[in-house]
Amino acid sequence: MKHSISAMLLGTALALGAAGGAVAQDKNIKIGVLTDNSGLYADLGGPGSTVAAQMAIEDSGLAAKGWKLDLISADHQNKPDIGSTIARQWIDVEKVDIFMDVLNSGVALAVNNIVKEKNSILIDTGAATSDLTNAQCSPNTIHWVYDTYMLANSTGQALVKAGGDTWYFLTADYAFGHALERDTAAVVVKSGGKVIGNVKHPLNTADFSSFLLQAQASKAKIIGMANAGGDTTNTIKQAAEFGVVSGGQKLAGLLLFITDVHSLGLKVAQGLNFTETFYWDLNDGTRAFSKRFSERMKNKAMPSMVQAGVYSGLLHYFKALEAMGGNPHDGAKVVAKMKEMPTDDPLFGKGTIRVDGRKLHPAYLFEVKKPEESKAPWDYYKLVGTTPGDQAFRPLSESACPLVKK
Amino acid sequence: MQALYAQLLVGLINGSFYALLSLGLAVIFGMLNIINFAHGALYMMGAFVAYFLLNLGGINYWWALLLAPIIVGIFGMILERTMLQWLTGLDHLYGLLLTFGIALIVQGVFQNYFGSSGLPYAIPDQLRGGMNLGFMFLPVYRGWVVVFSLVVCLATWFLIEKTQLGAYLRAATENPTLVRAFGINVPRMITLTYGLGVGLAALAGVLSAPINQVRPLMGADLIIVVFAVVVIGGMGSIMGSIITGFALGVIEGLTKYFYPEASNTVVFVLMVLVLLVKPTGLTGRAA
Repeated sequence: MKHSISAMLLGTALALGAAGGAVAQDKNIKIGVLTDNSGLYADLGGPGSTVAAQMAIEDSGLAAKGWKLDLISADHQNKPDIGSTIARQWIDVEKVDIFMDVLNSGVALAVNNIVKEKNSILIDTGAATSDLTNAQCSPNTIHWVYDTYMLANSTGQALVKAGGDTWYFLTADYAFGHALERDTAAVVVKSGGKVIGNVKHPLNTADFSSFLLQAQASKAKIIGMANAGGDTTNTIKQAAEFGVVSGGQKLAGLLLFITDVHSLGLKVAQGLNFTETFYWDLNDGTRAFSKRFSERMKNKAMPSMVQAGVYSGLLHYFKALEAMGGNPHDGAKVVAKMKEMPTDDPLFGKGTIRVDGRKLHPAYLFEVKKPEESKAPWDYYKLVGTTPGDQAFRPLSESACPLVKK
Repeated sequence: MQALYAQLLVGLINGSFYALLSLGLAVIFGMLNIINFAHGALYMMGAFVAYFLLNLGGINYWWALLLAPIIVGIFGMILERTMLQWLTGLDHLYGLLLTFGIALIVQGVFQNYFGSSGLPYAIPDQLRGGMNLGFMFLPVYRGWVVVFSLVVCLATWFLIEKTQLGAYLRAATENPTLVRAFGINVPRMITLTYGLGVGLAALAGVLSAPINQVRPLMGADLIIVVFAVVVIGGMGSIMGSIITGFALGVIEGLTKYFYPEASNTVVFVLMVLVLLVKPTGLTGRAA
């Protein structure tokens, strides 16, 4: 009996030792793009995010250095339960090392918890909720591209300053819409404005006329659209129809993507102000990437900031792994390394990742061009203002994230 | 109170789409006994055909109103000839599965080429602008949709319930063998009826193109609600589906005003209530 116990202990120790030794040499990476491949957000993330991930893998040159990289993708259908099931299966069965994109705040918050529990990695480039780096922050998650706090801070402040001091919110009725409304309302009030009402509409609504009439009746100067994707484009289109804008009220697109502007057409979208952290036509680096990206897309679309974020986030992840000399398959450890290293890529420029998982880079306030100002296909934005990375996002002093030491 | 009038009117506008779509479904179910799950996809095709006519052929909205239903109707008739006709006499489930599969394929193909956020289609110049009704600003186009779809619905009802052709159709549903004995080509009539139902869906698609984006999933989002409308109105009842369509549009509109969070479930709650009290639907005949 004694013998067998000690033999067992020895065996375990040997197995652990062997596993420990293998870790440093392991050069396998499995990347999972979890996104909306078929619904209302599929154009701003979706298949384009997988293309961006593929490009990052090719551009990293890791394959030539003896690394083995795998890429898989799945459709979470904007349902947190489906997203969670896929996430668990990816970690337990597929041995996925890192989750990319994960748009839809509801899904993102669910996956965020699983990734933390299983010590995997989430680089979220698609979800908006600022909770990912605030109350729900995790040592395994980096929020890469934008968040509701930053959108509110940039667009909200600019509109109040321009005289839009009374607001009515049209809000998508789930985690994202609630977060965006909450963060924007806070900025409006802080800048001296007033919120006079709101209406919550179900996700993926086709007809907004009832909601727009309520917004119209409120007489607020600004109608803040705390929704995204197809919901926002339908709101804008129908607001034009019901004479909301010609009646003197202004629409605030709190979260708009270039794919939405493309879908609306400049005739309807012109004059809208909103914030993004990436635009294909910012500089030579963004133009070169976007041209290559667009050639690989079936509908020749330019990348959205979500898709650009997948590319940029993965490149930084690869750099961290290279610096570590192998893949330890230990999420928190890799994320800690990523936070240590400054970020630098052609799409978002130089930046850093904060202790709460917030990636910092400048935020740009854009205005949609008039049809006659647009010189080429996808030439849609004018740059109106830039907020530096260290001022664009929620300051650590206001953070409720347990990782932040106060 | 003013706000309430406005919501009633807006509800009527949405009701027009429900009425047109559920009418097509009712016609197809009544005459062919097929639960046409491809209806949403065919509605979407109507909108896309209008988009292609305008952007590739330079053919305007008014011609699209005529041409799109014909083109999509022909597509529907091909479906009926090549696939659906073999299901006559089988359980409803087969028709449902086949048409659902067709819907998924059609939507998948469109989504592959056109993405999910859709394409813009402008309101025709003659219907731009709006009228101030005192209690609301009514876009001319929305008013047009209500009037036009009401006319189309009533014309369809008249065709089926009051004309000789309609009488043949109804007789062919009751007893196809007997009607065939009178020298009437029943299979051809069924094909044409399916074409008519599909054409109605395509027409609704063209009408909705300037209001919503022309999106591959526009039909998938709507079809479930429309099925609830048909169930509430009574499967196969022509007038029932028209009235229920408009009525549910109004009820949904009011919900959007009083309790917006429930606006996408209210129709289903009503469906459950109706099924509990009167399983054949409000105007349906017993099976």
